[in-house]
Amino acid sequence: MIRFEQVSKRYPGGHQALSGLSFTVSRGEMVFLTGHSGAGKSTLLKLIPLLERPTNGQVIVAGINLSQLGQRRIPFLRRRIGMIFQDHRLLHDRTVFDNVALPLVISGLPHREIGKRVRAALDKVGLLARERVYPITLSGGEQQRVGIARAVVTRPPILLADEPTGNLDPALSEEIMRLFEQFNRVGMTTLIASHDLVLINRLQQRHLVLTEGRLVEDRPAGASA
Amino acid sequence: MSSPAAWVADHLRAAIGSLGRLSRTRVASGMTAAVLGISLALPATFLLLLQNIESTTGDWDSGAQISLFIAGGVSEEEYRALATELEQRSQVQRTEVVTPKAALEEFQGISGMEGALELLDENPLPPLIVVVPSAELDAGALDTLTGELGQLEQVDQARLDLEWVQRLHAIMELIRRGVWLVAALLAITVVLVVGNTIRLAIENRREEIVITKLIGATNAFIRRPFLYEGAWYGLGGGLLAVSLVELGRALLYGPARALSELYGTGLLLHGLGASGTFWVLASGIGLGLLGSWLAVGRHLASIEPR
Ligand SMILES: Nc1ncnc2c1ncn2[C@@H]1O[C@H](COP(=O)(O)OP(=O)(O)O)[C@@H](O)[C@H]1O
Ligand SMILES: [Mg+2]
Repeated sequence: MIRFEQVSKRYPGGHQALSGLSFTVSRGEMVFLTGHSGAGKSTLLKLIPLLERPTNGQVIVAGINLSQLGQRRIPFLRRRIGMIFQDHRLLHDRTVFDNVALPLVISGLPHREIGKRVRAALDKVGLLARERVYPITLSGGEQQRVGIARAVVTRPPILLADEPTGNLDPALSEEIMRLFEQFNRVGMTTLIASHDLVLINRLQQRHLVLTEGRLVEDRPAGASA
Repeated sequence: MSSPAAWVADHLRAAIGSLGRLSRTRVASGMTAAVLGISLALPATFLLLLQNIESTTGDWDSGAQISLFIAGGVSEEEYRALATELEQRSQVQRTEVVTPKAALEEFQGISGMEGALELLDENPLPPLIVVVPSAELDAGALDTLTGELGQLEQVDQARLDLEWVQRLHAIMELIRRGVWLVAALLAITVVLVVGNTIRLAIENRREEIVITKLIGATNAFIRRPFLYEGAWYGLGGGLLAVSLVELGRALLYGPARALSELYGTGLLLHGLGASGTFWVLASGIGLGLLGSWLAVGRHLASIEPR
């Protein structure tokens, strides 16, 4: 589903964020990405929805070589990738409902369909009762769950999360991770950057370790640390 | 994916959404619309005035006349005979004799002249033959004809009453160009005002644009509400301009009617009418769209998610 072939990324200014990265994530897999701050986790994730382009190598997503994808096709790639950020990236002047509806509005879904899908997604993250409130009135964990509902509302084949539990306490973090496991079980290929090693070890999923932009370990599912 | 119904729904959403945003900042958007309204009302007023003047003077266009002032000592029978004779010429459409008595009566009809004429012992006015040349004659032929008629021995002086029409048309042409120049400058003003307003709107919604791009919005989707915003400003300004013009006309209507009665011309001060209103609104919307299009083109592309 996601394949990196000798991918390097050097930022303008000369910093080498990724060096010669190669790995494959199969359809339906759940993979954690760990490494110290600055190891290149965010950079790696950004290459998949083309928020950045690699300076070398190929990234292939769902059989599409991204280096051959024109600028005008990028929105359609992004619609097939659900993205979750540490800082949620919600629109604060819109209700929870409208935030979650946004990807469907962008895809031009009919009005009735939007209501059904948004409520289904909010139900899954346990926020159905809060659809009319503004995100600012929610706790950090709840805001993150709104972000997750927005990412999955289009039922994308790929789910990416960049430190989704970064600001949450351990109990909330585990709750969020269990949510990802549920989405993964219904077939979403899931890639999560995190440095919460305790939690990752407990979940027993495949686990890639980055150090200074290099892949130093690829631990298969079921292997504990 | 994009069915016609979805396309219409997208546009409706963008149109209504941007209208909603404008109504939430009522004072600011009202002031912008007011600037546009005044900028559109000024050239509309000038053009309307020009049109009014042209429609009043239009029938004077063909009104070239040659006035033959009859020399002293020529009797009434003689100059009446001359008038009949001239009417036989192919270059002449018809003639009209104005006796000194008739001329005096006409003068006395014009207010303010009675007193002046009473001071005179005898009628100072010469007899006059008004020659209306046939309509095919151009300016050169009219000059030649005037010269010929001036040579006649019964005629003291022949005068072609054309110069002032030509002069009027030259002045009107000058004014017309001036008005279009002002209109062009004000159109640029409208584009710049809308462009700057939309630039600010884009800046204010930077975060929203980044997030919608992040989750797969096309450029067209992001552009659309801003283009509608520009069009709404244009429409608002246009409606305001139409109201201002009609208000001005209502205020001038009384004096204008008195003037037209005095001079016996037709109705002065025609309004914008359906087509004028259409053009004011269409220019408003068109210029608003152009302004927002320019702003969107310049500023949206630079906003990319990271
Ligand atoms: N936009 C950027 N421009 C320049 N350098 C960057 C940019 N983004 C990240 N970097 C650098 O690339 C390296 C990897 O960053 P990042 O991918 O954010 O790591 P992580 O998410 O693992 O903390 C860091 O040294 C960071 O300073
Ligand atoms: Mg990071």
